Amino acid sequence: MRPFTRKRWTSAHWYAWTMVAPVAIVMGVLVGYPLVRGVYLSLTDANEANVGRTIGMNEIPATYSFVGLDNYLQIMQDDTFWLRLGWTALWTLACVFLHVSIGLGLAMLLNRRVRFRGVYRMLLVLPWAAPAFVSTFIWRYLLNHDFGLANGMLRAAGLPAVNWLDDPTMAKISVITVNVWLGVAFNMVALLGGLQSIPGELYEASRVDGASAWQQFRNITLPMLRPVSQTVILIGTIWTFNQFPVIFLLTRGGPDSATEILVTAAYRDAFTGIRDYSGAAANGLVILALLVIMAWAYRRSLRKHGEVWG
Amino acid sequence: MSTRDGKKLREGKKRSVVASVGLHAALLTASAISLIPLAWLALTSFKPKGAWISSDVRFFDQPTLDNYRYVLTETSFPRWLLNSVLVAGMTMVIGVLIAASTGYAISRFRFAGLRTILWLLLVTQMFPVAVLIVPLYNLLGRLGLINQYPGLVVAYLTVAVPFSAWMMKGYFDTIPTEIDQAGQIDGLTPFGAFFRLILPLAKPGLAVAAFYSFITAWGEVAYATAFMTGDDHYTLAPGLQQFVSQTRAEWGWLTAAAVLITIPAGAVFLAVQRHLVTGLTAGASKS
Repeated sequence: MRPFTRKRWTSAHWYAWTMVAPVAIVMGVLVGYPLVRGVYLSLTDANEANVGRTIGMNEIPATYSFVGLDNYLQIMQDDTFWLRLGWTALWTLACVFLHVSIGLGLAMLLNRRVRFRGVYRMLLVLPWAAPAFVSTFIWRYLLNHDFGLANGMLRAAGLPAVNWLDDPTMAKISVITVNVWLGVAFNMVALLGGLQSIPGELYEASRVDGASAWQQFRNITLPMLRPVSQTVILIGTIWTFNQFPVIFLLTRGGPDSATEILVTAAYRDAFTGIRDYSGAAANGLVILALLVIMAWAYRRSLRKHGEVWG
Repeated sequence: MSTRDGKKLREGKKRSVVASVGLHAALLTASAISLIPLAWLALTSFKPKGAWISSDVRFFDQPTLDNYRYVLTETSFPRWLLNSVLVAGMTMVIGVLIAASTGYAISRFRFAGLRTILWLLLVTQMFPVAVLIVPLYNLLGRLGLINQYPGLVVAYLTVAVPFSAWMMKGYFDTIPTEIDQAGQIDGLTPFGAFFRLILPLAKPGLAVAAFYSFITAWGEVAYATAFMTGDDHYTLAPGLQQFVSQTRAEWGWLTAAAVLITIPAGAVFLAVQRHLVTGLTAGASKS
């Protein structure tokens, strides 16, 4: 920090730690401990039936045992895991790509002098204003086979109704559509902020040099937008990868777990039937590892990119 | 065409009529897509039972307030709403308090362990619910906090605090240290400087952190569904699932409840969303 702060307050570790302590404790107890415990559980065969618990006065001792990497091996050998991973990757890529490209398109439209700009902006932000679980419920109704608006309009136009949520392929398209509908607004607002911070002189100068609109977009807008777009893409990837409510509430992972992503699958393992704690913990850690690798690789590629682009 | 505002546009060439029509058409289409689901929600909430399971598309169909009356008087919806407000409110108050003090400490002080704290705050933001939910469930179970509101608040704090602390750090970074300095000279302790001088200046940042914490708790589904059982204990997210389960689909009740939830949340949201984006992107890009 500033020289003053460093010189006078460096010795004041005591103050600093007092202020950080609540978070350090909360994070340590609620994230650190569960994480360590999760790692441990993932190396055992614990499930609801064999973990110890206390019922009234009686204490039932735990009977699960250490099984090493069995849970991880099981995941790696499981075909459904790889299928699900593929679908999770497709889901994440499709959603983030559509979020950012549609968001950027709308932001560029809104960045022009256009009548009713404020009204458009308000309307376009609305999907973000409703809580995600509420919007997901609305979409479940809109896409309902018999009573939904989507099929109602198709029928009115004389077209056959579509099985939006009950056909595996359509269900995949539907969950992506709903998530895109939910997420575009955030990307649009963030990218609009980025666009507005690009100095107009750059465009004027390039126009004097005879640059076309496309050249301006390629050589001014995209590079200048990079700090914002990088952030938006990274946040979006993590959010989409972890997106729970949309899939859980729209299709419940169905039909036949066709739309189940890793996160919802791990949740279902943990909380339905005989709760498979060890399996869910292993799943969770695999997901965390994937996320960490992704974030790391992304940051790395950006750094390389940055050097090339200067 | 690539102009940023009116001033610049005047210097450039004027948009052709065709381009103007295209621009408005694109914006109108997008607005319609974003509005229709919400409008349909509102319309459906006023339809009587027969109409929401009709396959014809009708905008109005014997409009009635029956759904609202039913949801508010015959179901546990008011209870769920109260529970949600309680849980979200507690998350907000506790979350902002500890996020602000942490944010201040990591913005102002260099101390042993600073890097670890920074790193922790960033990594926990990436944690998927799936990693924490089972161990957290077991931990809360051991503490007797399953199906208790404090348990849910505690779970939400793990989500809300790391992000809010980052955001507050970004905000405190913009407040000149000369102000702390002046306070020190006037004899304030670092705590005093924080509470009496910096916090009042950071009100906009605090408001956004508060809103983010509230919304996190308000819209959360996974923890609420897993940790809470029984009609009386539900918050809105698991509660609303009761209206449309495998066995029944009371769309009228659901939409009425959804309208009641969305209007206050949406109004506040629209008021603060500009700041929210700034906080989000600033917090993350400083990483």
